[in-house]
Amino acid sequence: MMPLALRIAVTHILARKRQTLVSLSGIVLGTAFFIAVSALMRGSEQDFIRRLIDNSAHITVSDDFRSAGLQPAAERWPEAVVAIRGVKPQREVRGIRNYREKLRYVESLPDLRVAPVLTGSVVLTFAGRVQGMTLSGVIPATIADVTTIEEKIVAGSLDALAANPNGIVVGQGLIGKFRLAMGRNLAVATSEGAVRTLKIVGIFRTGNAAYDETQGYVLLKRAQTLLDRPNRVNRFIIQLDDPYRAREVARQIEQRIGYKSVSWIEASEDIMSLLLVRNIIMYTVVIAILLVAAFGIYNTISTIVMEKTRDIAILKSMGFHARDIRNIFVAEGVIVGLCGSLGGALAGLGLMHVLGRISIRVPDMPGDLTHLPLDRSLDQFMLAFAFAMIATIVASFLPARKGARVHPVTILRGAT
Amino acid sequence: MSAVLVAENLRRTLPGVVPVTLIDDASLVIDRGEFVAIMGPSGSGKSSLLYLLGLLDVPTSGRIELDGEDTTAFDENRLADVRLRKLGFVFQFHFLLAEFTVLDNMLLPMLRLGRLDPQAAAERAHGLLALLGMDGHSHKRPGQLSGGQRQRVAIARALANDPLVILADEPTGNLDSHSAANVQKILRTLVDEHGKTVITVTHDAAFAGRADRLIGIVDGRIDPHWVPPTLAPVGIQATPKSQ
Ligand SMILES: Nc1ncnc2c1ncn2[C@@H]1O[C@H](COP(=O)(O)OP(=O)(O)OP(=O)(O)O)[C@@H](O)[C@H]1O
Ligand SMILES: [Mg+2]
Repeated sequence: MMPLALRIAVTHILARKRQTLVSLSGIVLGTAFFIAVSALMRGSEQDFIRRLIDNSAHITVSDDFRSAGLQPAAERWPEAVVAIRGVKPQREVRGIRNYREKLRYVESLPDLRVAPVLTGSVVLTFAGRVQGMTLSGVIPATIADVTTIEEKIVAGSLDALAANPNGIVVGQGLIGKFRLAMGRNLAVATSEGAVRTLKIVGIFRTGNAAYDETQGYVLLKRAQTLLDRPNRVNRFIIQLDDPYRAREVARQIEQRIGYKSVSWIEASEDIMSLLLVRNIIMYTVVIAILLVAAFGIYNTISTIVMEKTRDIAILKSMGFHARDIRNIFVAEGVIVGLCGSLGGALAGLGLMHVLGRISIRVPDMPGDLTHLPLDRSLDQFMLAFAFAMIATIVASFLPARKGARVHPVTILRGAT
Repeated sequence: MSAVLVAENLRRTLPGVVPVTLIDDASLVIDRGEFVAIMGPSGSGKSSLLYLLGLLDVPTSGRIELDGEDTTAFDENRLADVRLRKLGFVFQFHFLLAEFTVLDNMLLPMLRLGRLDPQAAAERAHGLLALLGMDGHSHKRPGQLSGGQRQRVAIARALANDPLVILADEPTGNLDSHSAANVQKILRTLVDEHGKTVITVTHDAAFAGRADRLIGIVDGRIDPHWVPPTLAPVGIQATPKSQ
């Protein structure tokens, strides 16, 4: 046997099928959109972060310091020095000093892989054309551990580079632009004027046009001689087993070796705050949809309360308490909210299914179909459900309370 | 006979810039098993008095004792509980719940009180409907009944929780003469054969003539000398209870 208030509520609702259906569909749509949009936004965010983690170094240690060191004079007389004029930066060969020792320390840390890199700018000349290039001197075995470059190679290999001290791996964009091919020679000039001829032993293709035109890989030793920085590297690239520890590990490394260590989280702070803004916008919109739906419920319950003032008067004259009356109308809202959010969850699943089947052809990547990234986790269903329920309970409580306050005598007088 | 309802110096004033006095210093005693008619000119305060006696409205001052219980200090919920257990109401308009069947309308006060289980409540409802000649209609909606039939269902519902006192406000006001006579007969029977106390407001002098006692109200005051206009020539005297 149903509680009496619930029974009256059900009867009221069944007697108003059309009106109930309208406010019901509001909640269904609101909940479904909440879920679908949330799945899409969270899915794309996770996808984005995953790409970010996969494609960028988790930690980059560079030959920079976070704050410039003190001038010797300031070190000697810390109290007395007010200003030092005409400071000239030290002309030292840039790079991480004593990198082998520091590399050994980083290698000793658990659950990470590290590769030393020397990067510098060179100028390419081929058949009279000239172009700048960022040259990375790497050790093929370690660089394969910390970047995805090996997967991106479409011709030749990193092993070929390891075997050929005069080899170079370049991007497909450069190949196309300069009409090059595997095995051809390239003249590489440094800013110091040294020129060397390198042979193309590998071609990579990342999909990033700028990268594919301007990056090149050679052996670390070759880069050191080319750039005239013997026994130096200017960067450690570190990948962690757990990318979310990056901030903490970066801090630890920086404290120990002094050089600036930047985690991917720090490096992509702007993107992260962009994602946050995107989330705020999304939740504002979907909550607004649910609020509109809640207004629908408010409207329905208000109408029922208004139509039922006589019933309220007679029920109260019979001995029903104000609380009984309130429960009737809150129950009506809860029934609509419950059915609506359950229906909305199903509709949301359906929407997700439809969205999941949409495939996107990425231009310039023939044969490569991508699906919309969707987050299907349960907690967003719970969140949508909770929001819908809170909204409907509030929306029905207000008119219900008003109905409960109806004084029977006022109505009885009006009716006779 | 013992008193079931005692009202002492009831006053009901509507607050406002110009306060309106609905009932002024009304005192009365109604005995168990009495059939009392309240009469008076339109706007004299008959309904207002009935709402006070029925614990639907709260007097500004004065005291109401029902079944030996002083209700003066009761809050809204306790008054509702007393109404549920001891009072039944019949109004000019039937006030049946339109979406519910006749039977469900009958069950509402019983289930709210919870003295009977649903099975027993349904049996009792059928019994009361039969008493009022309405048992064949228990599964109809109020909209499918005539005015007289609805009013009989309303009376049956007023009896649902076996009340001590039935309060009726012009129960025949909306009915044709045949149905009105029927309702009057039923109320009389409730008093005579079921020991109920009935207090009814009416404009109908013939109906008032069936009552044991007539209380006249003029301008919110009980007027012992008031005589219904149409009764006077026939020579039936109203018998207001002397204070
Ligand atoms: N809310 C109110 N504000 C002001 N005056 C009111 C209000 N309610 C009732 N009154 C006045 O109180 C007086 C008594 O009203 P009541 O309904 O009790 O009279 P009645 O005798 O039942 O009349 P009727 O025979 O028309 O039903 C009337 O004069 C009415 O105008
Ligand atoms: Mg009246």
